[in-house]
Amino acid sequence: MAKIFGAVEINRNRCKGCDLCVEACPCDVLALHKREVNERGYLFAHVVNPDACIGCGACAAVCPDSCIEVYRFVESLPRAEFKNNIVKEAKIA
Amino acid sequence: MKREDIIKPENKVAGKPRLLNDKDMHYCPGCSHGVVHRLVAEVLEEMELEDDCIGVAPVGCAVFAYSYIDVDWIEAAHGRAPAVATAVKRLHPEKMVFTYQGDGDLAAIGTAETIHAANRGENITIIFINNGIYGMTGGQMAPTTLEGMKTATTPYGRNIELNGYPLNISDLMTRLDGTCYVTRQSVDTAAAVRKTKAALKKAFKNSMECKGTSVVEILSTCNSGWKMSPVAANKWMQENMTQKYALGDLKKND
Repeated sequence: MAKIFGAVEINRNRCKGCDLCVEACPCDVLALHKREVNERGYLFAHVVNPDACIGCGACAAVCPDSCIEVYRFVESLPRAEFKNNIVKEAKIA
Repeated sequence: MKREDIIKPENKVAGKPRLLNDKDMHYCPGCSHGVVHRLVAEVLEEMELEDDCIGVAPVGCAVFAYSYIDVDWIEAAHGRAPAVATAVKRLHPEKMVFTYQGDGDLAAIGTAETIHAANRGENITIIFINNGIYGMTGGQMAPTTLEGMKTATTPYGRNIELNGYPLNISDLMTRLDGTCYVTRQSVDTAAAVRKTKAALKKAFKNSMECKGTSVVEILSTCNSGWKMSPVAANKWMQENMTQKYALGDLKKND
């Protein structure tokens, strides 16, 4: 069993604010900036919910300007420990 | 887990391929050309073809493809890319030769060159970007424009009596003996992008093995020509374009 951590890095000045990555993200990690623009005058995509990222790469796959880099780290846990963690989390909740 | 611990070179799963230049693309925001450029660069990099491939750039929006993908390119006259690619491939049979064309270039002005190159079974790959409009010149009607679709030259929608039927050129190509692989893909979702990448890989492989002409049609959006937002254009494409131009492999000779 494993736990997945993801992170995205966006080259804000290459971004043209097309909104396709925001639409493609299954975990609502990204959003377009509402007020700030980049040096070319576009509203750019940025990370609003970093902890939800699973590093699936859907945003980078649909990005027409190749401005997104995706990183994924898979933490392998022994089966027993993974189960314990889940039980603990469930109890806290 | 901290962000700095995740962002390390060994954890990288996606990003800008090495063969894509740092130069900013001139395409409109949300244009499918950018995605296809990245896929071509990724596939060439993965197949280690960067020193052994020659691309033929078209006239149209993708006319500057040579300044974005860092491989050898030739610029062809409007619609003549398959004819130029024929010459390149015959002179350099060991190279992988591909053309990158839009629907105005391939299906209107270059119909003869395209069909004859495919009929001769030239060992080239034709990447055909079909967005149903002349994007570069301001959104005029193309042969592939759908019935009822509004463009700059058909402001009330394409009229079959006046303008004829949309041309499904990939279906025509499947009937030619020279083609070995004809497929139609799209780049609207992450899953579709991965399928398109696999199709490009197969087509390039066919060209290297001299099996015949491979045609990879990619349904694309032209959101500024269609006067829609990029997200709405993708949705419109899924609802309308795929009805006339069905996705999937149309011909596969193994």
